[in-house]
Amino acid sequence: MPHDNPDPIARVAPTAAQRIGETLSVNLGPQHPSMHGTLRLKVEVDGEVLVKVEPEIGFLHTGFEKLAEYRNYNQFVVISDRANYFSPLNNNIGFAVACEELFGLQVPPRGQYVRVIMAELSRIADHIISVGLQGLDLGAFSVMLWTFIEREKLYDIFEAVTGARLTTSWTRVGGIFRDVPPDFPEMVRAFLAKLPAALDEIEEMLNRNRIFMDRCIGIGTLTRQEAISYGVTGPMLRACGVPYDIRRARPYLCYSGLDFEIPTRAEGDVYARYLVRMAEMRQAIRIIVQALEKLPGGGENKDKLPVSVLDHKVMLPPKDMVYNDMESLIHHFKITMPGHGLMPPKGEVYSCTEAPNGELGFYIVSDGTGLPYRVRIRPPSFYNYATFPKQATGRLISDAVSAMASINVIAGELDR
Amino acid sequence: MAVDLPSLMTSLKARFGDDVLGHAVFREQYVVRIRRGANLPLLRFLRDDAGFDMLTDVTCVDSLSLPQDMQADYPERFAVVYQLYSVPHNERLRVKAYVPEEPCEIDSVTPLWEAANWGEREVYDMYGVVFKGHPDLKRILMPDGYEGHPLRKDYPLKGRGERDRFQKYTEIPPR
Repeated sequence: MPHDNPDPIARVAPTAAQRIGETLSVNLGPQHPSMHGTLRLKVEVDGEVLVKVEPEIGFLHTGFEKLAEYRNYNQFVVISDRANYFSPLNNNIGFAVACEELFGLQVPPRGQYVRVIMAELSRIADHIISVGLQGLDLGAFSVMLWTFIEREKLYDIFEAVTGARLTTSWTRVGGIFRDVPPDFPEMVRAFLAKLPAALDEIEEMLNRNRIFMDRCIGIGTLTRQEAISYGVTGPMLRACGVPYDIRRARPYLCYSGLDFEIPTRAEGDVYARYLVRMAEMRQAIRIIVQALEKLPGGGENKDKLPVSVLDHKVMLPPKDMVYNDMESLIHHFKITMPGHGLMPPKGEVYSCTEAPNGELGFYIVSDGTGLPYRVRIRPPSFYNYATFPKQATGRLISDAVSAMASINVIAGELDR
Repeated sequence: MAVDLPSLMTSLKARFGDDVLGHAVFREQYVVRIRRGANLPLLRFLRDDAGFDMLTDVTCVDSLSLPQDMQADYPERFAVVYQLYSVPHNERLRVKAYVPEEPCEIDSVTPLWEAANWGEREVYDMYGVVFKGHPDLKRILMPDGYEGHPLRKDYPLKGRGERDRFQKYTEIPPR
């Protein structure tokens, strides 16, 4: 029986009695409380049954890919924040990993571990908010407030490390713009110590909640084949029973040395996605605890282990060196002047990382100059959201709201 | 069981002959360069016989302002790029099909993957490449009445004055 539910309510497709026989065109969004961001749905309803669903996207199109062709590689990090405003750090790291693959750079171990810790913290921030908003859409308002409390604590950590809560712009090609503060491990440990209790509380509130279960189980079901054909990735794909996680399939940074599981569910419905997200947060805790233990140099970093590549032709030299050392001054100028800075080899790479929503890919074509010739962002939300008509057609409007919440569409990366 | 990419390259060449223009390897990533006419049969072969069951992305590159030495890789102006992934074999492959400026069209791969639906719509929107056989080819990110294709290299960054040409309402339009 799906979801080991002792008292399952069979959610069947709407019956003929719920239809009235004539259709009405309705717009849901772009300004609608159930639409996450500026999304618009053109729907045709027959009674309360959705006969036709057509998502209209592009309201937040800002031309990131065009802008990228006029910015150098480090300047694009700032734009990558704005693509996914739920987890900007994952976007920063994804772009940096792609650039390092293109440039052929190897980040020192300390930098890799710090990045992994921040990526997983950001994954928790994304998943917990997405679960909270899912609760909000289905009537569990307090869950949303609880999750925002946890994210607020995470934002405090992000602010201490990156200097910003949301627009982090933290990575650079070849590393990080500065080392983490000395009390970083204590901050993270203090947060992690209280997180499992908060997750338990959410699960207690939702897992066996009759209303939540009724509106999630059997809704928005995708089969394994459908999910693969649609290019669905991330928790949505793993909820369909495909254990595809880029951290395992194509390990980047230091993920290959860390022990974690890939939670999957077989059902492929909204409830399964919620369970996968909750399980992934617990795995993220496990990853962070291991990474903190193995973090070279610890928090204090007494040996001054580098977090970035030491080549000052790649990373800006520290300010005191710029002021007191002629070569560093030259490096500083060379990196910041157009036409003199970082020059990748000619070629093209497609590099992907596991963002909270799925495969975040960057396809970069380089013509050997300091500006990328073409940057394609492969947004997970774009392909995940394309399945929405499939999930909602033939169901009730309330089911569409539930399915929409579980996809966790981020309009910023959807429209770029 | 893994896909042996080098031998896959030779078997593709043997099977599709001149339609396969060659392949390239950069940073251990394989790219197959093909003529546009072969995209549907070649991708069907890759999906059904080589195990590349997921189309992760469809995008395009405009070679208009590439430097001379890189132009040789682009026999035509546009390259439609398919990023393939094989879930069972955990392998990646990139296929580039070249599309000329006139007629700027290529067969749609929507019969093979549902993912191609939105991906090809975006390429059409941004580059003006027409996908023959696409069930619903229309703009996806830009508004319906938009002229031009913004990611083409001859399209200026600042636009062509679209911001100044918005229809201005001086009174509420009659219903």
